[in-house]
Amino acid sequence: MAQPAGAPIVIIGSGLGGFTVAREFRKLDKTTPLVVMSRDHAGFYSKPMLSNALAGNKSAAALVMKPADKMALETNASVRANAHVASIDIAAQTIALEGGEVLAYRDLVLALGADALRLPLEGNAADLVLSVNDLDDYARFTDRLAGVKTVAILGGGLIGCEFANDLLHRGITATVIDLADRPLSRLLPEAASAHLRQRLEAAGVRFCFNVAASAVYRADAGFELLLSDDSRLQADLVLSAIGLRPRTALAHAAGIEVNRGIVTNRMLATSAPHVFAVGDCAEVAGHNLPYVMPLMQQARALAATLAGTPTSVVYPAMPVMVKTPACATVVCPPPMTAQGEWHVSHTEDGCDARFVGPDGSLLGFALLGAATAQKQTLAAQVKGLLG
Amino acid sequence: MKTYQCIVCSFIYDEAAGMPDHGIALGTRWADVPADWECPDCGVAKADFEMVEI
Repeated sequence: MAQPAGAPIVIIGSGLGGFTVAREFRKLDKTTPLVVMSRDHAGFYSKPMLSNALAGNKSAAALVMKPADKMALETNASVRANAHVASIDIAAQTIALEGGEVLAYRDLVLALGADALRLPLEGNAADLVLSVNDLDDYARFTDRLAGVKTVAILGGGLIGCEFANDLLHRGITATVIDLADRPLSRLLPEAASAHLRQRLEAAGVRFCFNVAASAVYRADAGFELLLSDDSRLQADLVLSAIGLRPRTALAHAAGIEVNRGIVTNRMLATSAPHVFAVGDCAEVAGHNLPYVMPLMQQARALAATLAGTPTSVVYPAMPVMVKTPACATVVCPPPMTAQGEWHVSHTEDGCDARFVGPDGSLLGFALLGAATAQKQTLAAQVKGLLG
Repeated sequence: MKTYQCIVCSFIYDEAAGMPDHGIALGTRWADVPADWECPDCGVAKADFEMVEI
């Protein structure tokens, strides 16, 4: 059943994904009604900035670049704060809110984001472990930092390392705990990880590798962590940063195909007619990439499609900036299944690592220190994931 | 000369420095940076940059 003309485009989610689609769409279409549904205050902020905001001494409020009313004006959209979508009826082309309100859509954009993964932890303080996955989390985190000298961070990936570096700006020592044997183990070759580790340690970060936290207990002034090798660690605060899980429940309950993320083709179309997905919740042509650059490419392609010009997303090489000022790092990971090997040259303050295929083609790279200046040159040589 | 900051990733464009690697000469005013220019770090469009006070 098609909705009568006049039903709006509804975007669920007011993060970078949702608002970028709204902005890009308005560049192409000034009049079609647009609704943005938000679980929170619906102010615009940039999630990637949450893990390097202490350096600029930014409060949660200061990270809101535009409040909801300004975003509504700018995107000529109805922006609904504190609106919780309970279900989607793909046959009727409607969504239902908690509380019963039903809204029809011409097209629906799922920009739901991802949840922070949590380890199953034992102990009487397991519930007090924080994660910082949105602005409200960041507000809670900074509220708790007063008087804190040490933070245990679960996870030595991108977000864990960024927070560890950022906490140094507050004079706080972070101990990063990871089951892997080195930082950013999934993104960097060993030599690059070793360099990053050395630079972060020199700046004051501590690492505990080859172990996981198994329990968190209340201690005198803070917390005591029990690690998988039976050692113990004291910390004033515990932060979990072990990864993300795309939010798929709403789509799944509506009968939309999900895998790791909400499955879409290169048009960002899900298995349901008139339903699209972008950003951290989406698995686009087999790839779930929770980074900003893919999201921008998706938002532009989808905006064009929604404005009447069907457009497939194109992914050029998309280097990821790691926000660790103690060691400038940029990585363009080779495709998961790529054949080839890393070639690493060490430089004065970092390294230049290139992942080269059997035919000599450049498939990925990792640059640390001054070598990051090569980013643009190398990115131009790497074939994109979706050409 | 002014500087402009990316609203998404905080990349800074400094008019005085330009971006010679991207074909934008030293001293190029923000207004003269091509409209289809994108943030080199995150891909945000020129239109979505904000001016930073310095």
